[in-house]
Amino acid sequence: MGILSLTALELAKKIQDREISAVEAAKAAIAQAKAVEPKIHSYVTLDEEGAVQRAEEIQKKIEDGVLTGPLAGVPAAVKDNLCIEGQLTTCSSRILSNFRPIFTAQAVVNIQKSGAVILGKTNMDEFAMGSTTETSYFGPTRNPHNPEHVPGGSSGGSCAAVAAQECWYALGSDTGGSIRQPSAFCGVVGLKPTYGTVSRYGLIAYGSSLDQVGPVAKDVADCAAILETLASHDVKDSTSVKREDIRFTDALKADVKGLRIGIPKDYIGEGLDQEVRQALLDVAKLLWKKGAVVEEFDLSLVKYAIPAYYVIASAEASSNLERFDGVKYGYRAGDYEGLHNMYKKTRSEGFGPEVKRRIMLGSYVLSSGYYDAYYLKALRTKALIKQAFDRAFEKYDVILGPAAPSTAPKLGESLKDPLKMYLGDIYTVAVNLAGLPAMSVPAGKDSRGLPIGMQLIGNSFQEKTLIRAAYTFECETEKQFVTPAAGKGRE
Amino acid sequence: MSNKISDETIEYVGILSKLELSGEEKEDAKADMEKMLDYIDILNELDTDGIEPMSHVFPVNNVFREDVVTNGDNREKILENAPLRKDDSFEVPKTIG
Repeated sequence: MGILSLTALELAKKIQDREISAVEAAKAAIAQAKAVEPKIHSYVTLDEEGAVQRAEEIQKKIEDGVLTGPLAGVPAAVKDNLCIEGQLTTCSSRILSNFRPIFTAQAVVNIQKSGAVILGKTNMDEFAMGSTTETSYFGPTRNPHNPEHVPGGSSGGSCAAVAAQECWYALGSDTGGSIRQPSAFCGVVGLKPTYGTVSRYGLIAYGSSLDQVGPVAKDVADCAAILETLASHDVKDSTSVKREDIRFTDALKADVKGLRIGIPKDYIGEGLDQEVRQALLDVAKLLWKKGAVVEEFDLSLVKYAIPAYYVIASAEASSNLERFDGVKYGYRAGDYEGLHNMYKKTRSEGFGPEVKRRIMLGSYVLSSGYYDAYYLKALRTKALIKQAFDRAFEKYDVILGPAAPSTAPKLGESLKDPLKMYLGDIYTVAVNLAGLPAMSVPAGKDSRGLPIGMQLIGNSFQEKTLIRAAYTFECETEKQFVTPAAGKGRE
Repeated sequence: MSNKISDETIEYVGILSKLELSGEEKEDAKADMEKMLDYIDILNELDTDGIEPMSHVFPVNNVFREDVVTNGDNREKILENAPLRKDDSFEVPKTIG
């Protein structure tokens, strides 16, 4: 078995045991990236030289006994909306195409402290707005399981990079499903933590009340270990929550006896692909056999999550993206007359169509005369959705559902009709509105060989319950992570 | 279609968004927005009377700290990102006539 097919924890152990060095690991990942990037395009920036240099520094610290953690020396990739000091951080947008932050995001600092060797920055939908990674200014990422298909989005680059073995794990961000849906499409494990668990400091904001940073990994154990390094209370993020128990790896136990699992009827009804549905029912059956109590229930309000989400997310985006004006950093239009014309031209040339669409919708719903009818209405709906989840978690420990209505669509199919693309977020956005933790775990493949992902949703701060359920499923099935054919380079 | 976005409205949204739209972009934006608003209107089926708008799921309070500078002087690094600079300032087009 080659080094590339190891999990992050397995690799780190070999590094600690001096069987492999962090430098060898970094070089292997870079070689793999060079082999598959022309086909997959996971990275916006692959920092070859810097990565090898950092790997050498980290290897030294490992040898000196300074770095002894379970992920020390492991090469990782970071979504391009997380700031890294001095490194291009573009949000896959023209308007930030030359931006080099002067500080590093706290989530990145946390994995650096754990000994991560950061290889580069991964492609995404522009400003995380999209479900396919096709709205990137730098061109689309392709699904390593079949390059004619999208990897999902917006963290499509992070998920494709893990699937194609161009890194051992990656960081993504999730505002309405942007970690979970591409993880499902790429056959990897992705987790969106409870809002406030991971600092948003240095995450370029899209919808601040919804955004969370989280791990993308090859298996559940890696995912838990990464989350453990990511979670921290941060005074630089006023929404950061001080959590008592963040020992997520303690939950890696194959035991679901007595666990109460609810499947919302609306999550497995009309609109869901039959093969995805069958895969989910198989998961439910397996967990039931292992001693979980599984039943269907009525979550209610499911169809109201998407309209509420797009009002709130667009409103926050229109406000958050006001800062991109061509004055202090980023792109500035070449030709303008006066200050206001400079702003307008810079933004019109700097943003792509999907970003403009959401800024305009957001400006509209926040404008005088419409604020109550749209924005406050959406916030009231959000309160009702939270209540519906609160009621569900009185009866269940975990909610089981799909991560997306189908497996990965082909490139070009989704952008034709934005509303149709938005509807694909039906199973993921409610989780962000309610601030809940949720994870996507591979649950087989469809008849075309594309990965199917299941989603586990937990009550606030109950990541451990999700990890335990996911780990039980993973132990009972053949581990789902397999090198996709298209991702095979050299090994 | 129940929602109709007028030329004046799209012009106004363009001003609020600080975006300059071509004729074609305006027409597309109108159609997209009408479609989206029609869809969003299903929220009106819900009775939300008496429900408090929820901006954050957890109670969010102001976080205060002593007013002590902890970061160093990053002036040069900050200015390196400037699209246009003049000495130690960001250069912008003339703003006062």
